[in-house]
Amino acid sequence: MSASGPERHPLFMPLILVGGLIFGFGLAYSHMARPEVVLDFLQFDDFGLLFVMFGAAIISGIAFWITPRLRERAPLTGDTYGRRLKSFDRNVLIGGAIFGVGWGLSGICPGAAYASLGIGNVTILWAIGGMFAGAYLQGV
Amino acid sequence: MHLPLQLTPPADLFPNGISRYAAGGLLVGLGAVAIYLGTGIAAGASTFLESTLSYVSDQSRFQQYRASRDWRVVFTLGIVLGAAVYAVVWQGGAWTTDVQPWRLLVGGVFVGIGTRVGKGCTSGHGVCGVGSASKTSIVGVVTFLAVAIVTAQLVSALGVSP
Repeated sequence: MSASGPERHPLFMPLILVGGLIFGFGLAYSHMARPEVVLDFLQFDDFGLLFVMFGAAIISGIAFWITPRLRERAPLTGDTYGRRLKSFDRNVLIGGAIFGVGWGLSGICPGAAYASLGIGNVTILWAIGGMFAGAYLQGV
Repeated sequence: MHLPLQLTPPADLFPNGISRYAAGGLLVGLGAVAIYLGTGIAAGASTFLESTLSYVSDQSRFQQYRASRDWRVVFTLGIVLGAAVYAVVWQGGAWTTDVQPWRLLVGGVFVGIGTRVGKGCTSGHGVCGVGSASKTSIVGVVTFLAVAIVTAQLVSALGVSP
């Protein structure tokens, strides 16, 4: 059984949903779902966003470090807890730079954009539409 | 003698305090951790773009995410709903951005291209990648953070607001 297998654990989807709920609530609570807050950070008017990024990375870092030392496989998928690292190549720099231009122009990144829709920001559909268009253009 | 370039730090580095940001960040991390503990998946938010396109495009680039596309939709719906809970209970109704639609649209296109070329976004690289001490992700985050800062400052200097 795996995350993509045909017979999934009955709790697989409920857990994904709950994880997404907490994730999205956190983005809304931190106000990172507001492009203005991200732009204030990038313009050095409010450094609070550093706490969102590092706070989240520290929490996940602790879990990613400890979990593989306590058990080998995840209960709902049977997948191992090993690190699945992305390979480094020039694309990481090129793509990162393109992402940076978009993030700096709009104040929006994928997760925060979905959360922004959740806080009632229908105007964000421009950004979500743009992201889908960009991902499509990149793929064809 | 005076310094040729005077760096003036903002009067207040944290005009909105830090507790809101820190608590929100901890929750973002906890959401990712909950999924990881149960499934072993280090979830990013940007693959949803490609995986969802597999419903409407036969391109192999998108079809490779066929197996994960359904749970990625559920993850994204969770993000929207979680934010909606915040909006209903704490925000007191809908909030809308004043950032101009053209900035959102053009920025979104760049984000959509960049995250796919660069193998991750602020959650995939920034939260899960940095959390697993991935050198690739750390380089990715430093790159997009630096470019985003330069871009935002330039746009602001050109008088574009909001």
